[in-house]
Amino acid sequence: MAIVRGLRGIGSRAINIVWRIGYAARFFMMTLVYSGLSFRRFRLTVREIFFSGVMSLIIILVAGMFVGMVLGLQGYETLKRYGSESALGSLVALSLVRELGPVLAALLFASRAGSAMTAEIGLMKATEQISAMEMMAVNPIARVVAPRFWAGVISMPLLAAMFSAMGVFGGYVVGVVLIGVDEGSFWSQMQGAVDFKHDVLNGVIKSVVFGVAVTVISLFEGYDAPPTAEGVSGATTRTVVQSSLAILMLDFMLTAFMFGD
Amino acid sequence: MERTTLDLWVGTFVVAGFAALVVLAFKVGNLSTYNVSDTYQLQANFANIGGLKAQASIKSAGVLVGRVTAITLDNKQYMAKVVMSIDSRYPFPRDTIAKILTAGLLGEQYIGLDPGGDNAMLKGGDEIKQTQSAVVLEDMIGKFLYNKAEGGK
Repeated sequence: MAIVRGLRGIGSRAINIVWRIGYAARFFMMTLVYSGLSFRRFRLTVREIFFSGVMSLIIILVAGMFVGMVLGLQGYETLKRYGSESALGSLVALSLVRELGPVLAALLFASRAGSAMTAEIGLMKATEQISAMEMMAVNPIARVVAPRFWAGVISMPLLAAMFSAMGVFGGYVVGVVLIGVDEGSFWSQMQGAVDFKHDVLNGVIKSVVFGVAVTVISLFEGYDAPPTAEGVSGATTRTVVQSSLAILMLDFMLTAFMFGD
Repeated sequence: MERTTLDLWVGTFVVAGFAALVVLAFKVGNLSTYNVSDTYQLQANFANIGGLKAQASIKSAGVLVGRVTAITLDNKQYMAKVVMSIDSRYPFPRDTIAKILTAGLLGEQYIGLDPGGDNAMLKGGDEIKQTQSAVVLEDMIGKFLYNKAEGGK
């Protein structure tokens, strides 16, 4: 009997996961369908850009600076062995623009802004504000969810660009100012290696995709959270875990598509 | 609807984000070196292009004059056909020699143009007849070993 119960448990779990994926897909479609309001009353979206984008600014800038500095230091140590310290600029810039900028900015965004979104919407649901909106014939997806979605999609590429730019500056500070790599070759090797279309634009596309993934997961987890204190805390944890995994998996797929020629 | 401090912050955020993108495009990337001026196309057949890639630079006397746009294999002669777009400010004589050179010992490969003395200039779509292939290190080592063996006999 224990085997049957075990099998039944696995089966119900699998069905539950597929059920949730379907519900999440419908939720995503509804968000897109009811997006009109977040552009007609753009003030709603601007407010959410403030809470998710502007408030993440400090952590993004500081983290970008330090990541760039570490890249400069480690890259120098390795490149020095081959006598090609002058390639430091291209190493720092390529790794930031292609991978680290979009991915790390998205991971920070998921834990800084995504978790806040889930907690906020989960709590709105727990305190029955969402039901109250429905009672007043206000569509909660149009009024609460869609502006947050668009705010995340708009903020994410901007944050990733700032992360990369700050990282390049950090690499410059460590490589050129502190260690003393030649400044001219630092910038010219960088410009020679980084292609605008192939590297910079693909990085932006990546960060837009991550923005969509992170906000959809955060909003859905919040919207689907059991309306209890425990449910909201569990949903917040799931947001961070699932967003991080989604970012890393999507990053692999996008990299394979973009740079796998 | 009136302006609020929130708008100021969001505006600053958006402006800073776009500024970062512009920095990435011009200072970090190569958008500033993209040829926006008029170009004309030239072709050249090489026996071996080594590690030359599309978007590689074309230099004459060390000055960037254009970029490689396409590389294909010519099925009849089995030579690499390289299409180059050259800045129209720089016309080259008909007897120009195109060489595949390497920047530094392990650097990127590029095409160097050595202008000749002909009065007639190359026009768009023309072919550079005289070319010099890339130096392949393995061939050179092979030749060196062969010569060494010959000499030691």
